[in-house]
Amino acid sequence: MSRAALLVLADGRFPAGGHAHSGGAEPAVAEGRIRDADSLAAFCLGRLHTAGLTAAALAAAAAHGLDPLALDEAADARTPSPALRTTARKLGRQMMRAARATWPSPELDALALARPRGVHQPVVLGLTARSAGLGPVDAAHCVAYETVSGPATAVVRLLSLDPFHATAVLARLAPELDRVAEQAAEAARQGIDGLPAASAPLLDITAEAHAAWPVRLFAS
Amino acid sequence: MSVHATARLRAEPDGRGGTALPVLESDGPLALRRTRSPLAAYARVTVVGAMSAPLNGDGLAIEADIADRARLTVDSAAATVALPGARADGEPSTYTVDLSVGEGAVLRWLPEQLVSARGSDLHLTTRVQLAATGRLLLREEQILGRHGEPSGALTTRLTVHRAGRPLLDQQLAYGPCAPGGWDGPAVLGGHRAVGQLLLADPSFEDAPLPARLLGPTAALTPLAGPAVLVTAVAADARLLRGVLDEAMHELLDGLDGDDHISASSSANRSPQRSDDGTGDMPERCPGHHSR
Repeated sequence: MSRAALLVLADGRFPAGGHAHSGGAEPAVAEGRIRDADSLAAFCLGRLHTAGLTAAALAAAAAHGLDPLALDEAADARTPSPALRTTARKLGRQMMRAARATWPSPELDALALARPRGVHQPVVLGLTARSAGLGPVDAAHCVAYETVSGPATAVVRLLSLDPFHATAVLARLAPELDRVAEQAAEAARQGIDGLPAASAPLLDITAEAHAAWPVRLFAS
Repeated sequence: MSVHATARLRAEPDGRGGTALPVLESDGPLALRRTRSPLAAYARVTVVGAMSAPLNGDGLAIEADIADRARLTVDSAAATVALPGARADGEPSTYTVDLSVGEGAVLRWLPEQLVSARGSDLHLTTRVQLAATGRLLLREEQILGRHGEPSGALTTRLTVHRAGRPLLDQQLAYGPCAPGGWDGPAVLGGHRAVGQLLLADPSFEDAPLPARLLGPTAALTPLAGPAVLVTAVAADARLLRGVLDEAMHELLDGLDGDDHISASSSANRSPQRSDDGTGDMPERCPGHHSR
């Protein structure tokens, strides 16, 4: 594996559109559930172990070489919120464009051709990692990190939280991120029936509320 | 002494417009009773707890096979309370529900709440195989702790396949064995009652319902397949049931006609509370291997 390729893929400036999404932090701030660095940390920890683990395992499975169309179906079954399915596909399309420009591969071309309306983003990310010569654990790390870096970055803007404090939240989560990535990669080795489906009721409920807001800072 | 029990039932059309129950096997703490159905075409089975279960270490299972064109309601006489039993450090208990719904068949699976008492450790697994033209109304409610006590350890997984393809897969983990953040602002936000109501009906294929909110902590969402899911969190069992009952009646009213799943009043019971001497149970993760 190439450590530098992992940095390129995990970089927040990788042009895949993730910066426009708060990962559910915007409605949580509006409802007072995220107020400060501590509640941001609790939010990130909960998201990491639920939606984060599920997405990381999908990415690891795609990087492992499991059928991306079956993984997309598995992702649908794990995403009851239509707002979150739409977001995941939109981000998947953006990731696909970036991936085909950066690490072109016949597998990416075939998936883009089979699903022109987009595939869940973690599945595309996993296949991108595979095209970049990265492994399942790398793909899982990327997704697990995105799961918490998105809300942390968003909360800096939403609450004017000190960026040092937000980054400290991420740094303290590092051991948990490693564990979730390992757990996701291990699950991916069991095949599609072994993938976790950890879910977070409040994230699903508030995603629908947020999608109906007339004005919002973040797309999701 | 742990208990291992599997109750089985099979529902078939009786040839006279009703539903027969050629298999109705109780086992251990799981007693199945045929009860009077207010809905003519339906048989009704009530699960009656014959003893306190599950205790840590128990393995309970229910297998229900709803044959093509049969119609069945399954409910329960009282809430199921997961308890620690004599050995708080024992193995987790398991409760596995396997449901198979045939072509043109209808299953209304409406048990009372599952209460995770302090010190208990339960893995609940519900698997449904739904035929393409089968219909399903399924409710699950988890209450984390009896009144005023901390939650036991509870993991649940609900997996529904329709025509062999995944329709819904949800896994929840709460209490002292769950990974961090389960009670935090992304997952439960301090709520102690969590519920899901699933309605799968092939008519949603042509006419999917739009997503909508059912108050600040509940939403009705169309799944990628022909089904809707109501997800709700609430402060307690009574408030949760209120939200799910209202959603259920609205959903079923929207599907009127004899060909659809029928509405029927469901009693609004609170979970059983009993003093079983577990008040001083430690709030740790008993006998657990993961994380």
